[in-house]
Amino acid sequence: MKRRLDLLLTLLALIGLWQLAAWLVHRSILPDPITVLVAFWRELRDDLPMHFAASLWRVLASTALAIFTAAPAGLVLGQSKRLNRLFSPLIYLLYPIPKVVFVPLVLLFLGLGDAPKILIIYLILFFQILVLVRDQAAALRPELLLSVRSLGAGRRALFRFVYLPASLPAILTALRQSVGTAVAVLYVAELYATQRGLGYYIYINGSTFFDYPAMYVGILAMSLLGVGLYSGVDYLEKRLCKWM
Amino acid sequence: MIEVDSITFAYPSSSPIFVDFSWQVGRGETWTVLGPSGCGKSTLLYLLAGLQFPQKGQVRIDGKALTRPRPQTGLILQDYGLLPWATVRQNAELGLKIRGFYGPDGTHAPTQVDWDNSVLPWLERLGIQAVADHYPSQISGGQRQRTAIARTLVLHPDLLLMDEPFSSLDAPTREGLQTLILQLQAENQLTLVMVTHSIEEAAFMGKKILLLTQPPIHQASIIENSQAGSEGYRKSEAYLALCETLRTKLEQR
Repeated sequence: MKRRLDLLLTLLALIGLWQLAAWLVHRSILPDPITVLVAFWRELRDDLPMHFAASLWRVLASTALAIFTAAPAGLVLGQSKRLNRLFSPLIYLLYPIPKVVFVPLVLLFLGLGDAPKILIIYLILFFQILVLVRDQAAALRPELLLSVRSLGAGRRALFRFVYLPASLPAILTALRQSVGTAVAVLYVAELYATQRGLGYYIYINGSTFFDYPAMYVGILAMSLLGVGLYSGVDYLEKRLCKWM
Repeated sequence: MIEVDSITFAYPSSSPIFVDFSWQVGRGETWTVLGPSGCGKSTLLYLLAGLQFPQKGQVRIDGKALTRPRPQTGLILQDYGLLPWATVRQNAELGLKIRGFYGPDGTHAPTQVDWDNSVLPWLERLGIQAVADHYPSQISGGQRQRTAIARTLVLHPDLLLMDEPFSSLDAPTREGLQTLILQLQAENQLTLVMVTHSIEEAAFMGKKILLLTQPPIHQASIIENSQAGSEGYRKSEAYLALCETLRTKLEQR
């Protein structure tokens, strides 16, 4: 409860600062919060929900795809020293490459539509989840594995009762760390070859229509998307990882 | 019950720990295995548990050579044996769940299906029902070991292997659990093999004590201690004298 109050107060303080800045700057490129909120309400009954849904879909689809491919791969690498030795140089080289630089390339290969956007976010999340799940699985204490094996667990039961639950916090940590990057990259990806999504919406309102309140509405919506995803991960962590 | 038959064991690229080593444990006996760190006590326990295998020789239990962990053997380790993401109750149920997962296949679980599915009586017997919904990180070290004991005993083992189970606990908790284990061992007709580096623990718990030296170990050095575990034994002359003997023997080697 106290945390919620703190968040609310901080939000109000941020809006206050925004208002102050709007007064000081006093130009159309920085509208005050009230103007933007009014525009938000107006846009809500127009195209905004469609753009929001398009962006949300792209993030969720890539997240789901990343979890369902990276988590099993991470578990396998974390369990097998041999495979990990084989793949870790590759991961070491690929992991730090900023995936956003592949946006033009992916667009060239995959063209229009959702696929290139989903792929780019997927690549970012994939490596994050892969590395964290792998490290988590590899860090399981041998004592824990021995004692579970002594209860009769073979490979399958170890996977079900130890590796799988152990990977859950790693997946959530990976999501928590990469959700911000994912939304940022989504913005960049949506600047190209699409007419749907918040990135497009922000760009078109800011640089073509010069509708600055609407541009801020897009920024606000994108921020809400980021905060929403972040608190979603937070909620899941509290629900699913009660022991932490 | 247990026959260790001329085994030779070494970890990869290190010198052997056991060379042509033989040792027998009878059904219902209470053994402690005493020795300094790195002498191969835990290795011996893992060999009995079917988690490690000798390069030469055989470990047989009830006449059958071990090729994998046996469903009727319970193993309790010093620490870290509980799932951190599961509550005390869920941890205690883990063995049952694993058996349910495989079914009574005779490999991962015994073939008879009449095992008792309720962990509650064991949580009560071990005095941890009040913390049944707590996670391991939220309870004391003693309660964690009680949970590990409950998890093992709910599977009705006939052989209980313990690897320094109480060494991270404070003295009163440790002594309480030592007495409890001996009670449970008598109640359930368990064969008990407990590895320890504590002379006092070895002397109090083990009716027979296997003394291990620096590897390579060729021969079992056994000390009889028939009064072990009896009431007042901890304060008796015999106990103090035995501790002294054990200390001298350990220092000699």
